[in-house]
Amino acid sequence: MAKQGLGLEITELRLGLPGDNGNGPSRDNKNENKKRVFSEISAAADDQNSSSRGDHHRKNQNNNNNNKTQIVGWPPVCSYRKKNNAAAQADTAKLYVKVSMDGAPFLRKIDLKTHKGYSDLGVGFEELFGCYRIGGLWKDSDSSEYIPIYEDKDGDWMLVGDVPWEMFTESCKRLRIMKRSDATGFGLQSKPVTNAETQIK
Amino acid sequence: MREEKTEMSEDEDMTVDLGGATGGGDGVTHEASSSQTCSCPSPFPDQVLEIVLENVLLFLTSRRDRNAVSLVCKSWYRAEAFTRSELFIGNCYAVSPRRAIERFRGVRSLMLKGKPRFADFSLVPPNWGAHFLPWVSTMATAYPWLEKVYLKRMSVTDGDLKLLANSFPGFKELVLVCCEGFGTSGLAAVASECSRLRVLDLIDDDVMDDEVDWISCFPETGTCLESLVFDCVECPVNFESLEQLVAGSPSLRRLKLNRHVSLGQLHRLMVRAPQLTHLGTGSFSLSEHPAQEDQEANLSEAFATCKSLVCLSGFRDIVPSYLPTIHPACAKLTSLNLSYANINAEQLKSVICHCHKLQTFWVLDSVCDEGLQAVAATCKELHELRVFPMDAREDGEGFVSEVGLLAISQGCRKLRSILYFCQEMSNAAVVAMSQNCPELVVFRLCIMGRHRPDHVTGEPMDEGFGAIVMNCKKLMRLAVSGLLTDKAFSYIGKYGKLIRTLSVAFAGDSDMGLTYVLEGCPKLQKLEIRDSPFGDSALLSGLHHYYNMRFLWMSSCKLSLEGCKEVARMMPHLVVEVIRDRDEVDTTDDAVEKLYMYRSLEGHRLDVPSYVTIL
Repeated sequence: MAKQGLGLEITELRLGLPGDNGNGPSRDNKNENKKRVFSEISAAADDQNSSSRGDHHRKNQNNNNNNKTQIVGWPPVCSYRKKNNAAAQADTAKLYVKVSMDGAPFLRKIDLKTHKGYSDLGVGFEELFGCYRIGGLWKDSDSSEYIPIYEDKDGDWMLVGDVPWEMFTESCKRLRIMKRSDATGFGLQSKPVTNAETQIK
Repeated sequence: MREEKTEMSEDEDMTVDLGGATGGGDGVTHEASSSQTCSCPSPFPDQVLEIVLENVLLFLTSRRDRNAVSLVCKSWYRAEAFTRSELFIGNCYAVSPRRAIERFRGVRSLMLKGKPRFADFSLVPPNWGAHFLPWVSTMATAYPWLEKVYLKRMSVTDGDLKLLANSFPGFKELVLVCCEGFGTSGLAAVASECSRLRVLDLIDDDVMDDEVDWISCFPETGTCLESLVFDCVECPVNFESLEQLVAGSPSLRRLKLNRHVSLGQLHRLMVRAPQLTHLGTGSFSLSEHPAQEDQEANLSEAFATCKSLVCLSGFRDIVPSYLPTIHPACAKLTSLNLSYANINAEQLKSVICHCHKLQTFWVLDSVCDEGLQAVAATCKELHELRVFPMDAREDGEGFVSEVGLLAISQGCRKLRSILYFCQEMSNAAVVAMSQNCPELVVFRLCIMGRHRPDHVTGEPMDEGFGAIVMNCKKLMRLAVSGLLTDKAFSYIGKYGKLIRTLSVAFAGDSDMGLTYVLEGCPKLQKLEIRDSPFGDSALLSGLHHYYNMRFLWMSSCKLSLEGCKEVARMMPHLVVEVIRDRDEVDTTDDAVEKLYMYRSLEGHRLDVPSYVTIL
């Protein structure tokens, strides 16, 4: 994650929206927040609340010593309403999640429901980020320059491909196509079975 | 002869005389009213006077007035107790069933409220209490003429419903709001046994699916049902039985269907009941069976035929393209609930432009600021607005903002009540609303991101809420959010003289915040606080006021066991409950995670679960 200061800012590991160059005092603050968040991820203590959702997120860090994920009963939407919304949303055939790719200037969104499985998803990635040459994301895991990971409901970053597809679509909140070289130092939680795993040090 | 403050006389609950007519000595010293003579001089014998009084009191329905009457003197107390037919108990643990039936002999209608409101947000562990059983079993013998029961946030079992159905031959109305513990078999008992039933309203309850076909249990020969509301019941219903029921209920005016009723089925029911005034439209989408589909062309006609429709709701799984079929009804609508309908601004505009008479409007924020602008442009009579979040997460996407709020404030000047969920807000918009909408009685703003300041200026939201309490002179209910310092609370204490209910979350800097409120708001009855830095000294600053309140809830604040014990020591008629999380074993911890405090004549309740300690 070290910045080289050689105009490689675009490859800098960030969770911000594309185009977020740290203009103005408020933005600087947010960049700091995001870096702090990311180191928290590697410490396996992710705080979903400070995940970078966009420019309009200004948090008072002082008040949050605890790294709770979702707070019980907040926002104060009655449980019967939440249940209904969840049920309704499950019925509608859309499950859009953000996909970020290291090195890409902006994020994309992908509808998981339109994909039937992991290889289909891989094709989808290629279509979105094709020009970044991520071909063979799954097929040749060893040689691929990138690793697909996703954030699950608990806020943990998981390696894509471990669990059955349906389980994945239910728990995936967002995706990230990570550079293999940045995987060092990360506490990736996955079964120690795949070939990709053995490459990560 | 007003009692002194130790008596819990309060506007909404029944007044209770601590040691008076009920005869019990509670060890509370106060001027004994019982020994004083009636202050009404009259040449007539007392008996005649009492009879006259009772006849007059039969017309007195407002419970505030009745409470006042009961305080005049012993004779009036008795007469009032004899004639009160509607009994309202705002906290089921404030008084016991036995005490209630001893004082009031002729009750026909009972309204009971149980759990604290934060139970709706999963903050109260299951089996906390608020059981209906002691009430229904006591009243089964004491009030055989009982006609109406209204319960809110109570724990009701099938057995309770069966007992109710079998104990009151003249039973007419059952309304259950936010209750749980019962299922379709309980409903079946009510349907089959309560032959005089006029109203069965199930609102936001958690109903278990016992796979009992309860709709079929209504008498086949017909009913005198006027209202049947079951949109919260998640189990499928037998449609043939439902259709037969509707056809056999000529007095039916309110019908709210659950999501298992399709568009085609809705059409058939509307044709059977053109006299409906309130309609909950069920799923508002097509069923899986294609045979239903040809009905939707006539749906518009059905809406035209139901000439008396004033209230529409439902739309649980709406196919947005069918929304325009409600056009014929729009001009007369006074209430429209689209809060389960995922529709965008354009789709909303096509219907809302016709709704000139709308007074109550509930909607999902999927309609965005643009949708709210359309509402503001048309609905000049709007009294109540609720905007719910489609994405109810703190870091979710916000679809409405201060733009929508501002538009509403400019267009809907008669607004009295607002509930608004958003991700971010500005003080300027809130100030504008305080100036544009002086009739506001209820202001509930929920900025979903915790501690979020004014996103335009970066300032706390103090000034916005301050303007609300300052300018909205009729304000009785307030819910605050966003980044708030003690200053906001000083405003509330200084200007919020009519506030009865206050909800606080993730706000304030110090004990002073809560102290301002407890010292400044004389009408405060319900105070619910979570995740705010208020501690023992703040808690102790309210001792002068707690007997005038229905309850105080504080969770994840800075309270300690010692502080709470101190309150319990000083206020014998206050029940001080410390609620632990169920799996919390460490009882040596001095910090109090959840405090629920309420006045009561009964002392410690006997039905406490293991995770509750009463100090």
